[in-house]
Amino acid sequence: MPAAGSMAFLAYLGGAVLFILALKGLTTPATSRRGNWLGMIGMGVAVGTTLLVAQRPAWALLAVALAAGAVIGTGVARRVQMTQMPELVAAMHALVGLAAVLIAAAIVLRPHDAPTTAQRIELFLGAAIGAVTFSASVIAWAKLSAKLSGKPLAFAGQHWLNLLLALTVLGCGVTYWLTDSAPFFMAMVALATLLGILLIMPIGGADMPVVVSLLNSYSGWAAAGIGFSLDNPILIIAGACVGASGAILSMIMCRAMNRSLVSVLLGGFGAAQGEAATAAGASQRPVKSGSPEDALFLLKNAERVIVVPGYGLAVSRAQHALQEFAELLRAGGVDVKYAIHPVAGRMPGHMNVLLAEAEVPYDQVFEQEEINNDFAQTDVVIVLGANDVVNPAARNNPESPIYGMPILEAHRARTVIVVKRSMAAGYAGLDNDLFYLDKTMMVFGDAKKVIEEMVKNFH
Amino acid sequence: MEPWVVNVAIFVLAVFVGDHVIRGVTPALHTPLMSLTNALSGIIIVGALLEIASVEGGDLPLSAWLAALAALAAAINIFGGFLVTQRMLAMYKKRGER
Repeated sequence: MPAAGSMAFLAYLGGAVLFILALKGLTTPATSRRGNWLGMIGMGVAVGTTLLVAQRPAWALLAVALAAGAVIGTGVARRVQMTQMPELVAAMHALVGLAAVLIAAAIVLRPHDAPTTAQRIELFLGAAIGAVTFSASVIAWAKLSAKLSGKPLAFAGQHWLNLLLALTVLGCGVTYWLTDSAPFFMAMVALATLLGILLIMPIGGADMPVVVSLLNSYSGWAAAGIGFSLDNPILIIAGACVGASGAILSMIMCRAMNRSLVSVLLGGFGAAQGEAATAAGASQRPVKSGSPEDALFLLKNAERVIVVPGYGLAVSRAQHALQEFAELLRAGGVDVKYAIHPVAGRMPGHMNVLLAEAEVPYDQVFEQEEINNDFAQTDVVIVLGANDVVNPAARNNPESPIYGMPILEAHRARTVIVVKRSMAAGYAGLDNDLFYLDKTMMVFGDAKKVIEEMVKNFH
Repeated sequence: MEPWVVNVAIFVLAVFVGDHVIRGVTPALHTPLMSLTNALSGIIIVGALLEIASVEGGDLPLSAWLAALAALAAAINIFGGFLVTQRMLAMYKKRGER
């Protein structure tokens, strides 16, 4: 263990244990804040240990880098809006990837202590994963923040091109490993960067929650790869935990969207075929529609109400109005709960954060498995800005493309109110049978305006 | 035993620990989980610091500047990640807890 004696190794191990406890803290909201503090302490231990064992620290350079990072990081964290969390997370994945590449390049290019054969393969892996993570995350960030179109960009033969590129990356990496030739390392990094861009371009906006989770995973593996080349336990442990975390989140998102990871990665979903389906599905079936006053009457006279919020709610910034309205209902003796589908937001758990921000108590917010059995005993369900996640076709129409997707069973409630701008289709581009049920009342309009209207007329 | 064997052992066990711990995380906190893991990935800063500190005296070589850039990127993640997680977690309140 160069540059780190046994004491340093143990200190790093202690930091890693604090990291694991930090993640464990997220088991419940009550313990989560302490967890975050443990994570910060773990980071402090690791950085402190490193500075203690450092042989010739270039203090000025270190201080500038750390101070600049602190200022930028703190500023961004303070200013970012909760609806922008997916962009922020994607940007931070890009930074981890970039750091992994830069560190690997620094080790390759340094004038002293040339890396050993074993280290070279670790550097190659860390840098390759880091480069893909970096460029793919930059594109994901651009798509999420609408700087690039969310539409998938597909062209013929792109999967073959990607395969060819991946094999070339592998070839350059192996050559570097065997010959210690820095130019091959650099070529490998450049090609892996290009590969990251090409991999993400064909993936559509609807699949971004999976992609962001997956890049979360990659960023962890990249950090672990650098940990291998430095023989550093905390990098390996933290990287492995982050890698596992992203992998699990990707799986959860895929299951919730009824998609396989492979079909997401191959891309092209949610583009042309979605629009075609909308046109075909715009049947002229009759719907019952009502005013916000009608909805208010139904809700006030209910005993049990479940609110199903979708991303449309966040788009119209209606969370606060919704919380105010729900409190009015509660004060009137109505039992109000919120039901969250895993893909309600634009990243895992996003809708929970948006509701928490609007001061909705988390013990009124329920996950799909927790609440699905309650719908049958519910008087009124109000669906706000959600569509595919309450489409009963996923349950009872084997012909439907979303058949088998887990949904919130809003259709089992006595009455359903759907607040929606128009009859337009959702992400999957499908007509929703829920809208045509006898027990369903459509309230057309902007979610925020409808809720504010109901609050105004409450008494 | 060569160091890489020890590394592989640590890595494999850590994947299992990570898998176990993450499966216990409540879905309501999946977004803070992601921002916390962003902060934890910032641990890569250790690699950057060690690289800067390994440089002989005199003019700083290119490798030190690359490592300094890496330290900057990782520091943004550490400060940004922990702080935004803190901000989010502070919003999660039970009924009557405000």
